[in-house]
Amino acid sequence: MQSTAHSFSANVAAALADPNLQDSLAKLKVGFSERRRQAAERLPEFEALRDRARDIKNHTLANLDFYLEEFERKVTALGGHVHWAPTAADARRIIADLCKSVGARTIAKSKSMVSEEIGLNEHLESIGVEPVETDLGEYIIQLRHEPPSHIIAPAVHLTKDQVADTFFEHHKKLGFTKRLTERNDLVAEARYVLRQKFIDADVGLNGANFLVAETGSSMLVTNEGNADLSNTLPRMQIVLASIEKVIPTLEDAAVLLRVLARSATGQESSAYTSLNTGPKRDGDLDGPSSYHVVILDNGRSSVLGTKMQDMLRCIRCGACMNHCPVYGAIGGHAYGWVYPGPIGAVLTPQLIGVEEAGNLPNASTFCGRCESVCPVRIPLPSLMRHWREREFERHLTPRPVRQGLALWAFFARRPKLYRRATALANRLLALFGRADGRYRSLPLAGGWTRFRDFPAPQRGGTFHAQWTRHGGTRTKP
Amino acid sequence: MGLIEPKFLQNRAFCAVERLLRRCHGGAVSTLFPAGASRPKRVALFVTCLVDLFRPSVGFAAIKLLEDAGCSVEVPPLQVCCGQPAYNSGDRATTRAIAAQVIEAFEGFEAVVVPSGSCGGMISHHYPALFEDDPALKARAENLAARTFELTAFLADVLGLQKVAARYDGAVTYHDSCSGLRELGIKQQPRRLLASVEGLTLREMTTPEVCCGFGGTFCVKYPEISNAMVGEKSADVAASGADTLLAGDLGCLMNMAGKLQREGSAVRVRHVAEVLADMGSLPPIGEAESGKSGAGR
Repeated sequence: MQSTAHSFSANVAAALADPNLQDSLAKLKVGFSERRRQAAERLPEFEALRDRARDIKNHTLANLDFYLEEFERKVTALGGHVHWAPTAADARRIIADLCKSVGARTIAKSKSMVSEEIGLNEHLESIGVEPVETDLGEYIIQLRHEPPSHIIAPAVHLTKDQVADTFFEHHKKLGFTKRLTERNDLVAEARYVLRQKFIDADVGLNGANFLVAETGSSMLVTNEGNADLSNTLPRMQIVLASIEKVIPTLEDAAVLLRVLARSATGQESSAYTSLNTGPKRDGDLDGPSSYHVVILDNGRSSVLGTKMQDMLRCIRCGACMNHCPVYGAIGGHAYGWVYPGPIGAVLTPQLIGVEEAGNLPNASTFCGRCESVCPVRIPLPSLMRHWREREFERHLTPRPVRQGLALWAFFARRPKLYRRATALANRLLALFGRADGRYRSLPLAGGWTRFRDFPAPQRGGTFHAQWTRHGGTRTKP
Repeated sequence: MGLIEPKFLQNRAFCAVERLLRRCHGGAVSTLFPAGASRPKRVALFVTCLVDLFRPSVGFAAIKLLEDAGCSVEVPPLQVCCGQPAYNSGDRATTRAIAAQVIEAFEGFEAVVVPSGSCGGMISHHYPALFEDDPALKARAENLAARTFELTAFLADVLGLQKVAARYDGAVTYHDSCSGLRELGIKQQPRRLLASVEGLTLREMTTPEVCCGFGGTFCVKYPEISNAMVGEKSADVAASGADTLLAGDLGCLMNMAGKLQREGSAVRVRHVAEVLADMGSLPPIGEAESGKSGAGR
């Protein structure tokens, strides 16, 4: 996927000026966080489960080579194939070759953020294979040629009316000539259109929430059941997942599933949890005749053993973005690439470069709400701060910020000089007329005063000036 | 002070603060403790750079509350800032230098009290990790971290303060500043103390725990996003029906006050310490000291 993370400011301006988006975000902010809160409250051991989930992922990451090879051994023993893709280009090539090997014309896809990461759809189209997204949200944005704006609710930026318009425009040619307005009718129409696509597809491609090393299974949760169809109907199945999706056992999966759905949507469990374990066996009634797992690295392994490793614990529940006030203000597209919100601000610089995505870890108040709800306790603000440190070290921090900081630091490191400077600043601010108690504009503070008044300092000088003047104690009667 | 202070700037507000303090102090000692609680006596105040420059009354309010609770309060002269501007901009070297300075300045006090969850959180949660490669300084940082408290948490949790002698006639709403809430667990402490203020009623916002969009340098680096966030906050404040907005961090308060005033709101904005210290008659943040209000348009 082509990144627009470098034009973050323009993306933000567009997002804030989009009334449909703002309408959708207003609903998202209340809905997701309230449902998660209630789900967590209903489960007394929820916090303990979060600890266990974190520990499972930490253990796996510390032994990642072992569990990945174990997973490969199991898949191979089942008659499947594991393909290792160091880069996005490798993954695209492997999948294209697999499609060609069966003469595929269409491919039915179930939810995979990794396929967005590697730009799979564009690549398949370029070689004459039609990819069909079967997750409802993904299907909607595919029709609209838009990227997802949320990792579990890809079309969350759209209103129902926009979806109605999109279906009306694209389904006309299939004989649906009425513009539908009811939610259920829209879903029913999409279901009808997609059913034939499942039957026609030569290849089914799914993402995975977990790859279970113990059994060689891939696991995918959905609320629509689309993954079960794309898994079983086409003759070839491809699972596309990144290296950190592997976990040791089914027992571990049970722990992670319990925190995943609650954190994501506030459900006890997603409606469907699909397990795929190899190709169709002799005597099985259905299933794919060939089974392939493509495992992508794409820069992830380089953070193993570093301070940034924690980002690989992510189980893609979306809770961080559901609770992020910045995401809530600007939505997912403004982040400019596949993964938005706090996890995107941490992951994107790693995957496409901090030069391209340097704004993302900076566009946070460090309010910490993301970390407080993360089911695997990723310290997202700390990781964003690590990126800021790397930017600072590499002189990527914007010059005015660096200069301002250097000037401030010069004084802050010299307390006596700092006192004089603040006393002077106090007086300078007074010169701009504090009779009103605040300023509507102030030199060098346009970022503030464009939207807010700036409170004037109280009269009487700085605290320390007053303190010193009164002999270092508060005046007593 | 090395600089001569022009006469015309001298200090009417301070005199007002002083009169207020004297009035309060002259009265009966206003604090009640559970019997037998042991309390730190020698306390240092970390004023914070924003309180120093913009709203000294918050510092004096903190001192009054601490003294009324039986502490002797000192203000170490070599304090400046906790270092967050550098820390959050990725400048680790400067952060370490400033942190080392703070550690030095606050050595030897039983407790360090900060009228800000943000600066308090910086010292108690982030300082030790800055010195992973320097065991001696790390130990001193850990020692300081363990002695550092946000003001309302210190009063309520450490001193066991149950009530304050203060009056405030108004309906207040309380914004939970992010670092105080999520790094230091400050939620009930200010509310418990406010409940003892005569005449005061609390009207909660729908989402008092959502960030106001200040975020230090964030609010000027990403002003449009910050504005969207503080706009939502001001709507939540208005919906609460409160006439006063309180919080424990001056940065958040200045941001929210600035937005409310730009929107023409009549809501008064104050630091919680001022109300608890019975200094609620001071002009609110961003309001003229003469009592006249409204910026020139």
